[in-house]
Amino acid sequence: MAETQIRNFNLNFGPQHPSAHGVLRLVLEMDGEIIERADPHIGLLHRGTEKLIEHKNYLQAVPYFDRLDYVSPQNQEHAFALAVEKLLGLVVPPRGQALRVLFAEIGRVLNHIFSVCTFAMDTGAMTPMLWLFEEREKLMEFCERASGARMHMNYFRPGGVAFDVPPELLDDIAAWAETFPKLIDDCETLLTENRIFKQRTVDIGVITADECFDWGFTGPNLRAAGVPWDLRKAQPYDGYERFDFDIPIGKHGDCYDRYLVRIHELRQSLRIIDQCLGDMPGGSCKSDDRKITPPRRADMKNSMEALIHHFKLFTEGYHVPAGETYTAVEAPKGEFAVYLISDGTNKPYRCKIRAPGFAHLQAMELLSKGHMLADVVANIGSLDVVFGEIDR
Amino acid sequence: MDLALQDLGDYIVGHLPDEVEDNEIKLGELILSAKADGVIKVLKFLRDDVNCRFKQLVDICGVDYPDRSPRFEVVYNLLSLAHNNRVRVKIRTDEETPVPTATGVFSAANWWEREAWDLYGIYFSEHPDLRRILTDYGFEGHPLRKDFPLTGYVELRYDDEQKRVVYEPVKLTQEYRDFDFLSPWEGVQRMLPGDEKAGDPDLDGEASETGGGEDDKDDAEDPDKKEDA
Repeated sequence: MAETQIRNFNLNFGPQHPSAHGVLRLVLEMDGEIIERADPHIGLLHRGTEKLIEHKNYLQAVPYFDRLDYVSPQNQEHAFALAVEKLLGLVVPPRGQALRVLFAEIGRVLNHIFSVCTFAMDTGAMTPMLWLFEEREKLMEFCERASGARMHMNYFRPGGVAFDVPPELLDDIAAWAETFPKLIDDCETLLTENRIFKQRTVDIGVITADECFDWGFTGPNLRAAGVPWDLRKAQPYDGYERFDFDIPIGKHGDCYDRYLVRIHELRQSLRIIDQCLGDMPGGSCKSDDRKITPPRRADMKNSMEALIHHFKLFTEGYHVPAGETYTAVEAPKGEFAVYLISDGTNKPYRCKIRAPGFAHLQAMELLSKGHMLADVVANIGSLDVVFGEIDR
Repeated sequence: MDLALQDLGDYIVGHLPDEVEDNEIKLGELILSAKADGVIKVLKFLRDDVNCRFKQLVDICGVDYPDRSPRFEVVYNLLSLAHNNRVRVKIRTDEETPVPTATGVFSAANWWEREAWDLYGIYFSEHPDLRRILTDYGFEGHPLRKDFPLTGYVELRYDDEQKRVVYEPVKLTQEYRDFDFLSPWEGVQRMLPGDEKAGDPDLDGEASETGGGEDDKDDAEDPDKKEDA
């Protein structure tokens, strides 16, 4: 029989596939069931955030950061607030810092619950999502009580936080933090030693530490490869150096280790939340520089200066001295950074958003090559990508 | 901390005097200005030298300065885990001059360079796969350039008769309002829709050509000068 030419099969994965975690179009070239080439097409959720921010003043830019990674909006705002504060040379009072740390860690818990549960769902486990998404709802209620919005908080403003929290809220968060470890344990009994889950994740999508450096991996994905790197420890911001917590690391850099690192980070975040609530400083929650932070509404009824400040801040905004900064925070997904250039006006000249998922997703071909089609789904789930931040 | 960074900057300039033009520290961040054709050598040195070890390229981005002569800046942000340092390398280029690609040094550069090409039109020579990345298939123009309007040129909608999505030129029901806060006394420079109803039609023609604010100011200043004299 004559030799026949066998052509590789091209498969379009997404953009409407539920395990593509949003609008990822992945063009796969397959030899039978084996992935030969993976070419992610991104940009289907591109909204021009960076261009829009160039046309808004600094305060109006904050809500755009909520809408990048909509699973953990607080941490994005944090990076922008820190960048603007660095350019302004502004100091945030201790209570503002502690509240930011508290809600940044709540954001991390929100994100890791989401990522672990959807990852489990992608690999066939339904129950973790049913159990843990209830906790996400509780946390989002806390966010609502602090800021008025469940998800898109718009709470971390340059100079501090938008409002002080009601005192009962801190007690309720403390009560929740006591019940939550039990649920992490429950989730672990479902997944950690689960035979099916391990078959789907162990030794799938292995990436070594050197490859991680080459591809710009950060956050849990880097730590799963055995590199103890966490910006909260290495380059602490907003008083993270005062908190006692550990950096969980993995050994193999496979999907299973990435899952384990996230589960352990949930526990570490709870430790930070506990310490934060136990030692919440008093005082003001935002800087008292009246040229940057708006006055209290009650003051506006009596004080002419307060009224003028309010009017100026919410029409013209404040002018930021010319300069540039690259300010990064340890977002739940990795290093989220803002490269902010100011030209001395009330609008950013350039605001480049460095999204961790962008770097992670481009290693998709490296992770998936030689694996089966079903492992692509596990890889996407374990990388923890959200297209709001990748497409911007 | 600043002193150590200054030493590092001097050390790098000392080893690469032909490629690195300048080093400075602003807000505690080390910034190197490099020549565009030598950037690969600089990045390799930063990655491999024992005192630098900037093993991670965390970001590449373009910046547009329409007033400057080579118009674009390409900014590389690097991170050293070993020394817990960051460094920023800047090069300058224009629409025509290609920048050598960094994909040979850092694999992560691939998508960031595609992004800079997509959004700014900065061309990277010998890039393995320089396609658009964030904008739509078949998009024209480079949207993050300062001369690209915020509203863009085309909008799309679903056409029920043709049963497909169609592109059309942008139609705005209200003009985009961009307030100039740098000179608060002159206000909006151009006519807003509806303003023509208020004034004299002859004046409108002049105002829309030269900008209403400046005319008013000249008129107001002249009588003062006469009084002084």
